[in-house]
Amino acid sequence: MKRNVPLFITALGGFTLIIAYFIPATQGWGEVAAIWFDILASIAFILGGGNLLKIHLKKVSDKSAGWAYSAITLAAFLTTLFVGLGKVGVNPNPQYPEYSLSGHYREIGSPFWWLYEYAFKPLTATMFAMLAFYISSAAFRAFRAKNLEAILLLGTAFIILLGRTFAGVYLTAWFPDWMSGLKIENLTVFIMSVFNTAGNRAIMIGIALGVASTSLKVLLGVDRSYLGSGED
Amino acid sequence: MYEFLKDLDKRWIFLLMFLCVTIPIYVIAKTGKSFPEVPTVLSEAVFQAVEDLGQGDPVLLSFDFDPASEGELGPMATAFVRHCAEKKVKMYFMALWPVGPQMIDDAIAKVIHSDFPSLVYGEDYVNLGFKPGNEGVIKVIVTDMRELYTTDDIGTSINDIPMMKNIHSVQDFDLVINVSAGYAGTKEWVQYGSTPYPDKIKIVAGCTGVQAPLLYPYIPNQLPGLLGAIKGAAEYEKLVIDKYGGNDPDPKYLEAKRRMGPQLVAHLLIILLIILANYIYFVEKKSGVSV
Repeated sequence: MKRNVPLFITALGGFTLIIAYFIPATQGWGEVAAIWFDILASIAFILGGGNLLKIHLKKVSDKSAGWAYSAITLAAFLTTLFVGLGKVGVNPNPQYPEYSLSGHYREIGSPFWWLYEYAFKPLTATMFAMLAFYISSAAFRAFRAKNLEAILLLGTAFIILLGRTFAGVYLTAWFPDWMSGLKIENLTVFIMSVFNTAGNRAIMIGIALGVASTSLKVLLGVDRSYLGSGED
Repeated sequence: MYEFLKDLDKRWIFLLMFLCVTIPIYVIAKTGKSFPEVPTVLSEAVFQAVEDLGQGDPVLLSFDFDPASEGELGPMATAFVRHCAEKKVKMYFMALWPVGPQMIDDAIAKVIHSDFPSLVYGEDYVNLGFKPGNEGVIKVIVTDMRELYTTDDIGTSINDIPMMKNIHSVQDFDLVINVSAGYAGTKEWVQYGSTPYPDKIKIVAGCTGVQAPLLYPYIPNQLPGLLGAIKGAAEYEKLVIDKYGGNDPDPKYLEAKRRMGPQLVAHLLIILLIILANYIYFVEKKSGVSV
């Protein structure tokens, strides 16, 4: 029962979507299945939150390595959840002044807005910005012209790096018209639209075939690995 | 020199990158000058897609990014909203990312509230907010918008919003503009939007640099135009400014062009580092050191 019901739901949902895609008369079935999916996706937020609590509470209670980070994660999670769900400090919507929770959770000046503006926004932007430092370090340590493939990769990287800035335009601006195809900015477009597109299309077709065969195995119940081992 | 480079501490590299980014930011802020841009075919295609719209045409803007990629995508979101406002089209904002509504708020405050105060919420633009479900949301709204969107972002019933009167699905929009930082984003919009309905849904997009190569296979049939990263944004900004900017455009509409300065110097540094690393590699190879 524990395994058969999920298998049945998976097969039913999957085949409904396939049939709805190929038979126009059954398009409505696919829409219903998609709406169920969206409802489940909303519930997944609750599951995600529960899972986060479970993992980090265990780390804190076991005092395992890095438990202080887990404590900070929990404090940040619970504070944001309380402030956001409770609409703390939010004024009621003027249309419904009698309902204290009718205001908008992102109201400017509210604690939730403050948390977003002064904690979440700068922290995530900083994390992303740090990539520049790692990329520069990796460029120095990883790219070596060890063989022909590596040389081709390096040459392409140079063209793209220059072509994505004004340096590319500047360096080859003196090329006569009949050589315009060799200007770095044009070479960049050529590499992206020909070599990159050809390679990516091949990969995408391969992935699509793999997805189709794996999906079929899942829908037919041949591949049951997504159900887990059954042991808690 | 070789000895110094061979054992170069990565903190020197970090310092160099820091300087390569901060000095151009400072110089550009001080002088107000930036590098010129030459728009590519893809940027021109995006610009033309918006240009082809008529006054009052409905346009869906899906802002599927977050503050982490705001540096790369924020300027193009601003340029899109500015261009749409100049064209006097009806703007319908939505988001597939949980903090997408904040990105929409930023663009609305920066462009509509400050420079187009005559535009009326609910008549000229509306924020439909975030819906969870990623591509599941797209799959539903391409045929029936009201199944998922019963209210706008602030809780007003869709039926009470005048500009929603003739909108029943994504197929009713003349153009879909997607600003995407990853999943769910442009790829999903193409797969579940323009691919099943090629004659009814037209999508143009702006995306992060890492996403762009993955989206090229969809050009031009499923995706007529694409702005790749800050470079694409700078090209699009130039096209918008050239047509609508006037003699002294507001600096907020030149943000992408300004950010191209640090990008140029940082790219040159990366090229220099690769050359130096290969110099060390070949010296060591020649001297028989195991590499």
